[in-house]
Amino acid sequence: MDVFLQTLVAGILKGGLYGLIGMGMSLIMGVMGIINLAHGQLMMVAMYITFVCFTYLGLDPYAALLITMPALFLLGALIQRYALNPLMEVESLLPENQVLMTVGIGMVLTEIARFIFSSDYKSVQTAYSSSSFFLRGISFSVALTAAFFIALLFTGFMFWFLLKTDLGRAIRATAQDKDAALLMGVDAKRITILTFGIGSALVAAAGTLLMPIYYLFPDIGSPFTRKAFVITILGGLGSTVGAIFGGLTLGLAEAFGATYIGMAFDDMIGLLIFILVLLFLPSGFKRLTKI
Amino acid sequence: MKRFAPPLLLVLLILFPILVQDSYYQHLMILVLMWVAIGTGWNVIAGYTGQVSFGDAAFFGAGAYTAGLFVHKLGLSAWWAMAFGGIAAMAVAFPFGWICFRLRGAYFALASLALNEVMRHIATIWEPLTGGMVGLLIMQSFVSKIPYYYIALGMAVISVLSVQFIMASKWGYYFISIREDQDAAESLGIDTHYYKMCSLNIAAFLTGTAGALYMNYMGFIDPEVVFSLHDISIMAILVGIVGGVGTLYGPVVGAFVMVAVHEFFRTGFFGLFKGLAALTGSAAVETAAKFIMEAHVLGFGVLVVIVILILPNGIVGDWSRIKRIFTGTRQRKVPG
Repeated sequence: MDVFLQTLVAGILKGGLYGLIGMGMSLIMGVMGIINLAHGQLMMVAMYITFVCFTYLGLDPYAALLITMPALFLLGALIQRYALNPLMEVESLLPENQVLMTVGIGMVLTEIARFIFSSDYKSVQTAYSSSSFFLRGISFSVALTAAFFIALLFTGFMFWFLLKTDLGRAIRATAQDKDAALLMGVDAKRITILTFGIGSALVAAAGTLLMPIYYLFPDIGSPFTRKAFVITILGGLGSTVGAIFGGLTLGLAEAFGATYIGMAFDDMIGLLIFILVLLFLPSGFKRLTKI
Repeated sequence: MKRFAPPLLLVLLILFPILVQDSYYQHLMILVLMWVAIGTGWNVIAGYTGQVSFGDAAFFGAGAYTAGLFVHKLGLSAWWAMAFGGIAAMAVAFPFGWICFRLRGAYFALASLALNEVMRHIATIWEPLTGGMVGLLIMQSFVSKIPYYYIALGMAVISVLSVQFIMASKWGYYFISIREDQDAAESLGIDTHYYKMCSLNIAAFLTGTAGALYMNYMGFIDPEVVFSLHDISIMAILVGIVGGVGTLYGPVVGAFVMVAVHEFFRTGFFGLFKGLAALTGSAAVETAAKFIMEAHVLGFGVLVVIVILILPNGIVGDWSRIKRIFTGTRQRKVPG
């Protein structure tokens, strides 16, 4: 029973963070219909920024959030403005060119990171990195718990932002029908740039929060990209609440898979869930939560 | 000119090992021909049928592992496996397509990406059969590269010719109708699911055969090599995109260009920088050479970005545009 509860807690804590990773991608996918296969790589960039801030400036990872999020917002906006938006104007046979473009961008980001930091494993060792507290015999990692609550905070904020502000309404309108939004006076191009920026900033937050408890190397991006799209599909496109549920599901599935089936299978479980959801629940949890 | 180019190229290719004795260039040409077959396969499913697949490595790896296991477990000649490699890839493609072809566009692309990863995990985890991370090692059949060259050439030529034949037949037009508008094709009574399956299986067969050849030629595989997303799946897409999506000779051109570019970066501009460093004796150039050789993936990534931005239909597809750029003539604007 203890093992079960411990696995449950670990899964939920990890799931909250996964939700934050998935939310950014979900937003980008929902608004622009672009599958951003550079998502994990953007997270990797944020993690390196955190690492640099910590090692050379002595900045605590949580304070580094104030640097990584704006920086990644800018990077995401630039990518959308100069790499993805021009693609909409060129005529080509395959609509998937955008997906390929993000693959290319991901490769470039990874290799630049390898160039600067080499392939070595890096980590950030803070005072709370390995500390944990106990609640009825179940251990909670301090950093993961903090990350979980910050992730919840961001989710609540995004939820409010999308529902209540004008900008959020414009984003949702663009997601629903781009042409109609354009006719209603929404500057769709600006919205796409903004959305990609916000999506990148969210994944930057996830990366920074993960940094105290995780190690870092240039290739870390692609497994997280894979996780992000599993979460996005699970949650349903463009759904922030769905992304949280998707993240929790994946976190729990991975934790239980690792405990009861075997460590080697945890990546595969996510992929199998992904294919099953694509087939049997095509709109993901969005269908259940409606937001 | 246009009519004589392919036969001329074929004659050149047949004479190539006699003209060029250097085994390094022969090795590169074998890789090019292998990529011609893979790229042609990708082009059938993605370029002609419009179902972009990110999972070519799943078929490639299935073919390669079949060939390896034939030798390893059954003691048969690896050449038998060249046919069976294609069939094994089809055995992977068939259930996958059956289930996943109800997905469209980018979703199908994602599902194929997931297939790629699942296959890699299976090959890693199923150690008693595949040897896990250690991989498979077999004896190569020939010492010389020339027999491999002609086998690869035969495979490449057969794949291009068979695709030409298929695309001129009823099937080909059905494929293109699915790419252009799946709903319209459906409403005309075309069984789109069936024809997508046909297209995927052709692609899988060609890719799987190439995988089996790769095993025979290289003599060693492991899951990270043959199920690699970047080195196989993305490379296959690049070969198709750079050459020209939905054109017969696009993958041929793409294979030449991509293998050349790959080697160009990998060897540091064919040893140019190394030579410069030796010539000038400067440490800065030496470091630059080292960095450039390390950065071949970076060069690749930049190339993807640039090609997609300026040549979305590839070299063959945008040939008229490239010609315009070089001859300096402007596109005539049609009024209205």
